[in-house]
Amino acid sequence: MSNSDLFQGYKGKALEVLKKYNVRVWGQAEINTTRGAFKGTVLPRSENDDEFHIVLKVITGYNIGIDVNNITSMTETGFKKANYAIPEKEFPYTKGLPSVKLFGTGGTIASRLDYRTGAVIPAFSPGELYGAVPELADICNLETEKIFAVFSENMGPAQYIALAKAIGKEIEKGTDGIVIGHGTDTLHHTGAALTFMCQNLPVPVVLVGSQRSSDRPSSDAALNLMHAMKTAGESDIAEVLVCMFGPTSDEYGLLHKGTRVRKMHSSYRSTFRTIGDTPVAMVSRDKITPIKKTYNKRRSDKDVVIKPYFSDKVTMLYYYTGMKPDTIDLLVEAGYKGIIFVGTGLGHVNKELYPAIERAQKAGVHMYMTLQTIWGYVHMFVYDTGRDMMAKGIIPAGNMLPEVAYIKLGWALGQTDDPEEVKRIMLTPINDEITEREPYNGYLVYQGGVPEVEDFIRRVHK
Amino acid sequence: MKKSFDPKLNYLETLNKIGYINRKQASQSDYDRIGFMSGLEVHQQLLTEKKLFCHCPAGIYHEDEEYDAEIIRHMRPTLSELGEYDGTALMEFKTRKKIIYRINNDNACTYEVDDTPPFPINREALNAGLQITMLCKMNVVGEVHITRKQYLDGSIPTGSQRTAILGVEGEIPLKNKKVKLIQLSIEEDSCREISDIAHTRVYKTDRLGMPLIETVTYPEFVNPDEVKEGCDYIRFLNRSTGKVRTGIGASRQDVNVSCKGGTRVEIKGVAHTKWIPELTHNEAFRQWALLAIRDELLKRCNASDWEMEAVKLDYDAFSVTYPPIKEARDKGEELYAVKLPCFKGILSHFTQPGKVFADEISERLKVIACIEKPHMVHTEDFEPIITDADMEIIQLMLSANLEKDAVLIFWGPTNDIKTALETIEERCKMAFEGVPSETRKSFEDGTTIFERVLPGADRMYPDTDSAPIPLSDEYIDNLKADLPKDLYEYILMLRKWNIPEDTFTYILSKNLMPLIIRIVEDFNISPKHVALLFAHKLKHIEGQYIQSPEFTYDKIYELIKFLKDEDLHCPLGVKMLPVVYEHPNMDFHSVLTTIKFKKKNKKDIIEQIPFLKAKFAANPQNNSNENMINFIMGQLKPSAIGNMNMDELYNEVVNQIKIK
Repeated sequence: MSNSDLFQGYKGKALEVLKKYNVRVWGQAEINTTRGAFKGTVLPRSENDDEFHIVLKVITGYNIGIDVNNITSMTETGFKKANYAIPEKEFPYTKGLPSVKLFGTGGTIASRLDYRTGAVIPAFSPGELYGAVPELADICNLETEKIFAVFSENMGPAQYIALAKAIGKEIEKGTDGIVIGHGTDTLHHTGAALTFMCQNLPVPVVLVGSQRSSDRPSSDAALNLMHAMKTAGESDIAEVLVCMFGPTSDEYGLLHKGTRVRKMHSSYRSTFRTIGDTPVAMVSRDKITPIKKTYNKRRSDKDVVIKPYFSDKVTMLYYYTGMKPDTIDLLVEAGYKGIIFVGTGLGHVNKELYPAIERAQKAGVHMYMTLQTIWGYVHMFVYDTGRDMMAKGIIPAGNMLPEVAYIKLGWALGQTDDPEEVKRIMLTPINDEITEREPYNGYLVYQGGVPEVEDFIRRVHK
Repeated sequence: MKKSFDPKLNYLETLNKIGYINRKQASQSDYDRIGFMSGLEVHQQLLTEKKLFCHCPAGIYHEDEEYDAEIIRHMRPTLSELGEYDGTALMEFKTRKKIIYRINNDNACTYEVDDTPPFPINREALNAGLQITMLCKMNVVGEVHITRKQYLDGSIPTGSQRTAILGVEGEIPLKNKKVKLIQLSIEEDSCREISDIAHTRVYKTDRLGMPLIETVTYPEFVNPDEVKEGCDYIRFLNRSTGKVRTGIGASRQDVNVSCKGGTRVEIKGVAHTKWIPELTHNEAFRQWALLAIRDELLKRCNASDWEMEAVKLDYDAFSVTYPPIKEARDKGEELYAVKLPCFKGILSHFTQPGKVFADEISERLKVIACIEKPHMVHTEDFEPIITDADMEIIQLMLSANLEKDAVLIFWGPTNDIKTALETIEERCKMAFEGVPSETRKSFEDGTTIFERVLPGADRMYPDTDSAPIPLSDEYIDNLKADLPKDLYEYILMLRKWNIPEDTFTYILSKNLMPLIIRIVEDFNISPKHVALLFAHKLKHIEGQYIQSPEFTYDKIYELIKFLKDEDLHCPLGVKMLPVVYEHPNMDFHSVLTTIKFKKKNKKDIIEQIPFLKAKFAANPQNNSNENMINFIMGQLKPSAIGNMNMDELYNEVVNQIKIK
């Protein structure tokens, strides 16, 4: 064993002390300190924690830390390395069930403890998944493939392209549906990217994650997985969907279009909401109930069109009241070819920026306007400022969500530089990233405290 | 039923055979005979403004129906840090419970329902916990690591309790010995259960997340009274800091019990220490009985060969008259008969006062298979329910021989039958091994029922949401500087003051020693007087009058100060006390008016003696000196109390009579 394995995670003073007394990680140790004696198994230490403590698992199963400065002596009396592995059981094949492919990208959908960071790392094989969520075997015949293992915030254009290609191959092989396990932070970015990159899908492509890691008994991972597998295997919705909890209760999931969904709460289970429209459908363990009347139907052909393009010369500018023109100038100077503005109200920025916007237009930068209000349409004709900006080349992006507009512009610029062609791509919806109408129930943010809302909340599990 | 076997008689015979005796008659030698052994886990809520890991107020409770929203969760077992599944976790998963949490916006936020990660630990709670750790003479850890302890019963919405060790290896003194402590941990309190019917359990989240400490002793108590003594000591020690909550539910203990050859069984949530002796006594004997059952079964057959047989019954084949079975039939539930080979005389074997082995099976059917009672009858019910004719048919179906086998009939929803059969088989097989390790729920009558399989160390997981908290020597020293006096020193002090032992509980449980000492020192009054003023006089008043919510023990300090300042004598305070107790905000002069007290000087009182002597003597029937003293004292006392010392008055009266 190498030194780093022997003293996993320890550094500085703590490492010195372990070496001095010849005590290893996973060694059973008796430690005398100025605060009395302690006994237990030395555990690895998280790399981000300080170098002055040794972690000990005591006989009752609890962990404690010992200050190395207080240690007067220490002996290793035994050694037993823990074997943390989700019990692997072969995923059974059941004739008659749909075949579903699960792509792993990382994230908390199935995970276990990582001593390096003290956080959780993904566990993934069908065997592991079956060991953790045996119910999956009643839903589909599962195959898995780990495409990469990154946390959601590290997903980017290269990953979108790799995923799109993998989806194309899998459809070619004839799968009944695809599930993508994904960290939740940028799930909606990937949802948009795959909608643009994988067109004319014959089968569902379902993105799923979990808000509570699967190493917790109350995790939403198992139910989300069941919902996603059921959707991929059985539903007739051949679109890129995000499948996450509807309410925070363990009741049903919602299927959101990859282009209209957004993560709206940092930690709630029900964090994903369809914005400006209704979700496509509800899914429970028993059934899938459509909400929208029309959607792209499942087909038996394999005629998917994969368009794996992306330019990373696109940026997003969240406007704030004191924004200076040099913010834009510097971006242009740095070579950015596309800017998504996230403006106030109906789509505004201050006049001070106008000269910089003009300079950007001259430099050939493609500029689109989206909204900080998240809900609603950009309306740049209502006020003069809006008209001024349009004159200077900023194009209103309808009710396209800011993140979706960013992804779409990157995808468009990956294909062409021609302003008219880019504009045509941007404003021609591929799957409702811009909708013609906003239904009344597309914006329902209930206000707590209001009596009728409180009455509803008390009766209905949200 | 064959009349030759009398289950009731069998119960009594087996009770005698294992040597069960009433606790009141039991002596140490009885406990030594069965190898009584017990340890404690004492839970104590800390008195903080906010909860442990979020900023909700602590200690605001609400009624079951006062909720703003309900949330549903299901729990799923996960691996421990060491890669093992925990037994309890798997049992709870088997029960397939739907858990409903009731949330009230006044005392719960998104943290309680596990929709927000924890905030940094409440320092007020941590510091109080650390001080108690030091008072327990423990080795304080160098760094606090928050651990997630899995609980799949739903009592915590995250499915795990956040908890951390503050110290290990301490001790407490009892009258005759010292008892070692394993550890002290700080943890978040759990939900309060509203109901648990079939597959649905309802909790409220008001208590959830309140800071709590748990003190764990080694199993060193050797008789039931010792367990109570140890428990009281730990509770009083906690209270001596003044930083813990009191009142219903603020302290609860789990009591671990075993007998020689038995297993550690945990009696959960005992709310009063006075229940401990009966509960531990009965539990030790229950285990003793289970060991006798094991020996008897092993004599009869080979454990590895033992297999039960089950058959589904058709309601129509029998004359169903027992109302619960009729009801089951109407609800479309299934009816099963099970042969338990070699179990004759076992089902009605004594286990606890008024309970038999069949109850052990029935309790598990309720908890694990979620089938509500009544759900079974058997061949050893005290009052036979199945007719002989019906039993003959069943006997044939199962080829059971009632001379040596027992038959059990149960019913329940179709979906629960599989788990029910497994549960019955599992419990019967465990009978060949002895005592299953389990947690049990206690009742006031001293008996217990099965609650869950006893969890082990396999349910611990580091809390990846919380960073470790270092405890520097300086931090610890600062807390140490602010420690109250050692509880044991208080006990020694009370003994030295020569105060009856039966008053200790009152004084220590209310943490009155610091106040008593302050009164003694500030006003130079005898400690015994002050201690008894609380433990006898005030205790009596508490039983007679209604306490104002504004009354605090410090009022008594003020009262004594008032008497001293006004040059009034202490016995007057006792007369004022009921008024002060009910109206603590009334000023003391008004209290004196209320009790009709008038200030007089000593001379005026003493001057009345000759007149009273004459008045007494005027009646020829009055002749003894003793009667005269009593008469005069009786006349003077009401106005003298508070104005002069009673002993002095008495001496004056005696002197004046002698002068005669």
